[in-house]
Amino acid sequence: MRREPLAQDAGGADQRRLLVSQLNSRQLLRGSELHGINQPAHLRAAELEGDELERYVHERVLTTSLDKAVAWARSNSFFPLAFGLACCAMEQFHAAGPRMDIARFGYEAFRASPRQADLIILAGRVSIKMAPIIRRLYDQMLEPKWAVSMGACCSSMGVFNNYALVPADKFLPIDVYVPGCPPRPEGLMHGILKLRKMVQDDPDLGWRERYQARGTEEILPEPHGGPPGAADIASPEGDTPEGDTPGA
Amino acid sequence: MPDATGLELIAQELRAAEGAGPQAATGSPVTDTIFFRGRGTLMIEPERVRAVLARLRERGYRFLCSVHGVDHHPHEPRLGVVYELLDMARVDRITVKVLLHGDEPEIDSVYPDGEDGPGWPTADHQEREVYDMFGVVFRGHPDLRRILMPEDYEGHPLRRDFPVGGEPVTFTFNERSASGTGA
Amino acid sequence: MSGPSFSEGSGPATLSEYRRREQSITLSPIEEQIAQVGAEETREELLTLNFGPHHPATHGVLRLLVTLQGEIVRDLKPIVGYVHTGIEKTAEDKSYWKVIPVIERMDYLAYYFNAMAFCAAVEELAEVEVPARAQYLRVIHLELNRIASHLIWLGTSALDLGAVSIFLYCLRERELILDLFEMSSGQRMHTRYFQVGGVFEDIPRGFEPRLRGFLRDMPARADEYGAILNSNEIVLQRLRGTCPLDAETLLSLGVTGPLLRAAGHPWDLRKADPYCSYEDFDFKIPVGTVGDNYDRFAVRLAEIYESVKIIQQAIDGLPEGPFITTDRKVALPPRHELATSMEALIHHFKLVTEGFRVPPGEIYMPIESPRGELGCYVRSDGSSKPARVHMRDPSFVNLQALSHMVEGSYIADLIATVAMLDPILGGIDR
Repeated sequence: MRREPLAQDAGGADQRRLLVSQLNSRQLLRGSELHGINQPAHLRAAELEGDELERYVHERVLTTSLDKAVAWARSNSFFPLAFGLACCAMEQFHAAGPRMDIARFGYEAFRASPRQADLIILAGRVSIKMAPIIRRLYDQMLEPKWAVSMGACCSSMGVFNNYALVPADKFLPIDVYVPGCPPRPEGLMHGILKLRKMVQDDPDLGWRERYQARGTEEILPEPHGGPPGAADIASPEGDTPEGDTPGA
Repeated sequence: MPDATGLELIAQELRAAEGAGPQAATGSPVTDTIFFRGRGTLMIEPERVRAVLARLRERGYRFLCSVHGVDHHPHEPRLGVVYELLDMARVDRITVKVLLHGDEPEIDSVYPDGEDGPGWPTADHQEREVYDMFGVVFRGHPDLRRILMPEDYEGHPLRRDFPVGGEPVTFTFNERSASGTGA
Repeated sequence: MSGPSFSEGSGPATLSEYRRREQSITLSPIEEQIAQVGAEETREELLTLNFGPHHPATHGVLRLLVTLQGEIVRDLKPIVGYVHTGIEKTAEDKSYWKVIPVIERMDYLAYYFNAMAFCAAVEELAEVEVPARAQYLRVIHLELNRIASHLIWLGTSALDLGAVSIFLYCLRERELILDLFEMSSGQRMHTRYFQVGGVFEDIPRGFEPRLRGFLRDMPARADEYGAILNSNEIVLQRLRGTCPLDAETLLSLGVTGPLLRAAGHPWDLRKADPYCSYEDFDFKIPVGTVGDNYDRFAVRLAEIYESVKIIQQAIDGLPEGPFITTDRKVALPPRHELATSMEALIHHFKLVTEGFRVPPGEIYMPIESPRGELGCYVRSDGSSKPARVHMRDPSFVNLQALSHMVEGSYIADLIATVAMLDPILGGIDR
C-alpha cells in the first residue's frame, strides 16, 4: 500500500483524492473477515457501492497527520510523577481515588522515577529548601514534559506570603496553573484536561514559546562516531546547542 | 496544673534545694512565679536550667512535652526559651521559662546526659529548631545545626525584627515590575 | 522440607517457624566476616544512603540518611525542612481570626485539630466560654477528622507494604467523610469551621441523617480492612515483631499518641485531661502490648471504632443552643441582626477589620491529635495579632524515635516503620 503524505490542512480536492484512493482500495476491504454469519448480506463490504461504501470507509478509517496522531497519543497517556508535597497531595490522592477516577482518562500510571514520568504535578507548597530538588527532578524528566502547578501555594504564594516559600514559576516552567486551596479533585482534573487539550491541539504551544526559551532543548550525549546533534529529537531545525537548561 | 499555692511550694522547694548547695553564692534559681489561667510558670536563671529540670523530674514531672522559643522584642532580655513539663501520673503540667539577651544567647542544652544527671532526649530536634528560628546557642548539644531552613541560611526567621518576606502581590499596575517571570 | 501449612490460621506457631527459618539463612556470613575482619575494616563496610526527599515511601518530603551494613540499618538521620512554610511567622502577622486558616494548614491531615488547639488556646487566654452545642459539634468534626486521618494512614501504609487495593478502599470512605465536611462548612479540607468561641455555622438539616448513615456503615468497612490485612501473610510478617521500642524510651523521647499506646502506656489526653466535653463520652483507649509495628497498626485501626462510638454518642446527645459564643466582642453577630442593631454593625465592623484583642499572657494548650499530643502555645501582647504562635507538633517529636526504632533491622522494616510512625511533614516542618 502506498502511504500518501497528507497536507496539514487539506483542501477539498486533496480530501476527495484521498477518498477516491481509499475507495479504490477494495483490496483492503475485500480481504477482510466481514463475511461472518451474523452479518446481513447488504453490509458485506465487498458488495457496498458508492455512498454506502463512502460511509463505511468514513466510519472505519481515520486519516490524520503523524504529528496529530502523536499528540493525541501523548495527551491521552500522561505518566504523572508520584510527587506530593503537602495538602494538595491529599486531593491528588482523591483525584486518583475511586470517585473522581483519574484512570478514566488514562493517567493512573503514577511513576516513582522521574525518568519514566512526563507530567509533574506540583502538589503543595514549595519551600526554598525543596526548590532545587524539584528543579533537579524536572531536569531528569525526559522530553516532552509538562508541569502542572496545583494549588495556590505553588502557583502564587497562596495563603503564605513569606520568606519560606517560592512560587513554582520562578524555577520551573509551568504549563497549567490550577487554583484552589486545595483544589477539588474535579479542579485538578479540569486542569489536567486543559493540559490535554493544549497538547492535542497545539503541541508546539509549550513553555518554550511562552518564555521564548529556544535553545533549551535537551542535548543528548554524542553517540560514538555519529554526527553531533544526531540524537537531538526535540529541536526540529537542528539549532546550535546553547545549553540544556534555561537559566534560573 | 498545680494550683497557685502548689506552684509557690515548688518554687520554694527549688530555692531551698539550690540555695543550700554549692551554688548558694549565686542565689536562687527561681526569679519569678506566674500563675495565669490555672497554669503555673517558673521563671528561672538560664544557668540553672538543667538543675531545675532535674529537680522537677525528681518531683514527678518526667515528660518534657515541648521546648520552644519566644521573642519579646523590643523588651530586653528578648529571647525566651520555654520548657513544658508534664507529670503523667498526676496529670500535672508546669512551665519553665528562661530569658536570654538577644546579643549572644547561650544556654546549656538539656538534651545530652551530663555529670549532673541524665538528659532529655526529646529536646534534640526541638532545641535545633529554637536555634534555627531564634539563634539561641545550646551549649553541649552534639549536633546543633539548622533543621528547618537550609543549612547555609543566614538569619533567624522567627525573631520579631526579621521581615516576613514573600513575593509582592501582582496586580495589573505592577505586573511587569513585580513578578520575576517576564512575559 | 516440612514447613508450616498455609491452610492453618496464622497463629503464633506458624510465624515463629518462619522467623526461625529466616534466622537460619541470615547474617551468619556477615557476622563471620566482621569477626574475621575486625572492627577497623567493618567501618568500610558501612554504606550511607540518601533516602528521599523524593521517594514514594517517605510519606511526604522526608529525607533520611541511612547508614547500612549490608541490608541492616545501623544509623539513621532524618533531615527535615523541605516543606517548611513559615506558618508561625505568618501567624504573627495576622489577626487571631485570620490565623485559623493559616494554622490549619500545618498538619494537613488533621486540620480540625490544628484549628482546635489554636482556638482552645485563644479561648483560654481571652476567657471565652464555648457553648455546649459548639463543643459537641467540635467533637463530631474532630473525631470524623481522626477517622479520615487514620484512613489515609492506613491507605498509604498498606500501599507501602504492597497491599494496593486498600488505598482505594480507604479513599472511598474518606470521600464520604469529606462530603460531610463539605456539608457543614462548604470545603472538603481546611474548612475554617472552628472559630474562637465555637463553630462557624450550625450543621445543615441533611447532615445528621448522612452522618448516621456513615456511622452505620463505617464499622463494617473497618472490619473489612482489618480482615484483609490481618489475614495477609506478607503484611503480618512485615509488621509482627519488627522494630519494637519500649515505653520508657518512647517517654524519654517525648513520643505520644498511638505510638506510645502501642507500647503499652495508656496515655490519651481525651481521657487523662479531658477538654471540649470529652468527659461526657464513653469510649475506650486501645493499648498495645509489645510496641512493634503490628501493635501500632492495630491500635490505630481500633481507634477508628472508638471514634465512631464517640461520634454516635455526640450526635445522639447533641444539645440545643447557640453554636458560637454570644460574646459579640469575639464572635461575629448573626447576619439578621446587622439590619436592625447598630451595636451589632459596629461589632461586625471591628471584628472584620481589626479583630478582637486578647489580654496579654501566654498559654500552652495541648490536645490529642491522631498522631499524639498537639500543643498550641500562644503568646499575646494585648493587641489584635498574636505575638507568638507555636505548635508543638507530635510528628516532629515522634520522628526522633525513628532512629531508635529501626536500629538493627532491615531496610524493608525501615519502610514499614516509617509507615507505622505516621509522620506528616506539614506538621514536622510547619
